[in-house]
Amino acid sequence: MAFKIVSSQCTSCSACEPECPNMAISEKNGTFVIDPAKCTECINYFDEPQCVAVCPVDDTCIIDNNYPRYSA
Amino acid sequence: MASQIVSLASVATPNNGVDLDEIMQQKAEHQGCGTSGGSGKASCGTGAGQGDLAPEIWEKVKNHPCYSEEAHHHYARMHVAVAPACNIQCNYCNRKYDCANESRPGVVSEKLTPEQAAKKVLAVASTIPQMTVLGIAGPGDPLANPEKTFKTFELISKTAPDIKLCLSTNGLMLPDHVNTIAGYNVDHVTITINMVDADVGAQIYPWIYYKNKRYKGREAAQILTDRQMQGLEMLTERGILCKVNSVMIPGINDHHLVEVNRAVKSRGAFLHNIMPLISAPEHGTVFGLNGQRGPTAQELKSLQDSCEGEMNMMRHCRQCRADAVGLLGEDRSAEFTTEAVMAMEVDYDIDSRKAYQTLVEQERQATADAKRMELETLAGEQSDVKILIAVATKGSGRINEHFGHATEFQIYEASASGAKFVGHRRVDLYCQGGYGEEEALETTIIRAINDCTAVFVAKIGGCPKASLESAGIDAVDRYAFEYIEQSVIAYYRDYLDKIRSGSVVHGQRGDAQIRQGAYVAA
Repeated sequence: MAFKIVSSQCTSCSACEPECPNMAISEKNGTFVIDPAKCTECINYFDEPQCVAVCPVDDTCIIDNNYPRYSA
Repeated sequence: MASQIVSLASVATPNNGVDLDEIMQQKAEHQGCGTSGGSGKASCGTGAGQGDLAPEIWEKVKNHPCYSEEAHHHYARMHVAVAPACNIQCNYCNRKYDCANESRPGVVSEKLTPEQAAKKVLAVASTIPQMTVLGIAGPGDPLANPEKTFKTFELISKTAPDIKLCLSTNGLMLPDHVNTIAGYNVDHVTITINMVDADVGAQIYPWIYYKNKRYKGREAAQILTDRQMQGLEMLTERGILCKVNSVMIPGINDHHLVEVNRAVKSRGAFLHNIMPLISAPEHGTVFGLNGQRGPTAQELKSLQDSCEGEMNMMRHCRQCRADAVGLLGEDRSAEFTTEAVMAMEVDYDIDSRKAYQTLVEQERQATADAKRMELETLAGEQSDVKILIAVATKGSGRINEHFGHATEFQIYEASASGAKFVGHRRVDLYCQGGYGEEEALETTIIRAINDCTAVFVAKIGGCPKASLESAGIDAVDRYAFEYIEQSVIAYYRDYLDKIRSGSVVHGQRGDAQIRQGAYVAA
């Protein structure tokens, strides 16, 4: 039920943080992290996950397979 | 103004269409300065560098190094990197890369909070009294980070009210923020506009993020160009000065930029800055990796020349980092790391800054006067010979740098109408194995200024002088520490005499390379 940010890829540009409708993104040790408990994959908010749409580095905001897909 | 055309008519009077012979007559009678009345009056006082700009515009730009070519020899700017987020992707940009030796837009060494930025501005302004301009240019897009950008402006306008504020944006969110920009008295805005045709744009911008959606291809480029044009119109309607930056990408938008030039001019932009694409594989950009080349020096100059009849062209842009500090040709950002700034005791004294700037103005006026006096010696000269001259300078409009220490050369075009700044060439050392040896360096410099007839230096050793001579470039140290433009005109006059006496055969020079790659600060 969540996206995660690949920290080795994150440029720490902060673009994702204000776009998240769930306030699930915060800065931690120089890069940004997604709180899996808050992430809804933007379902019911937007057509596409906002962190993925705004992130300047491809394949940096990805589905975290440790969590089951979100269902509303 | 950026395109500093030194014509007798423009220095003598703000009115266009005056009779040149009449002015020359007045000059001869009154020695240029000290006259009163008549159309010759404006030749003294504030005329330095004004060219054909309206007085109210000149007042706004005259101390702004990024808007006035003439000012950039004397005044410094700084950027604060408070805006890391971006909302578009450009094929010439890669946000992941930050080598400390890398210099290009979109790259910074450390991000700042608005509070840190305000402290840094005070620290720099107290250390560098000729620093008159604070810009926010990224490393992302200032208007994709509106809270941070405007908070920074708010803090600085309170603590350092004499500093001009400006910002540089891709324009996507510009229409939403024009009111706020006007509210903070930001009177200079730069918009990067690389196209006005979505088919061209689709080759430059893979995507944009707009209204919670990622748009791609032609659709993305269409939204971007619509928003850019709308934002430009809204700004110019309010009397905010707009400069347009365009990246020249050979084969993609090089011919199209003439159309861009017309489009932005018709919407009230007052200055157009066409910059060469910076593209190298080690930057990891799409263009760097797919082998897209940048323009040569003469390709760039030729495009700038062809747009010049339409509007003022900027040719002194150094494509600096979003955390650059200092004169445009230098970067002192390493002196002002966050750690260093936070430890500084800052005493911001507007009066001592003003006193220093008064001295700068005197120097600047002396430069302009010297240029004008020298120009009179070309009166009546009809030759169509044009030559380029490279100049080693540390600033202040003087030839005051040793050949071996120069990290860039400023390029002047000398012709019967005077001396005109037409660009600059970086020649600083690469952070690349094998470079740094004297022969290699000389080769690099010769490639960079190969289209020049002469190079003016404060001093030069025998070996490099001989290498330059064998490449057909005259190494000249007899104008050491003199004013640049005055010396360029004097050299040109001698050059014409030599052609006429047969001791010099004037021929076309070749092209020159624009340096790509990493920059090593001093």
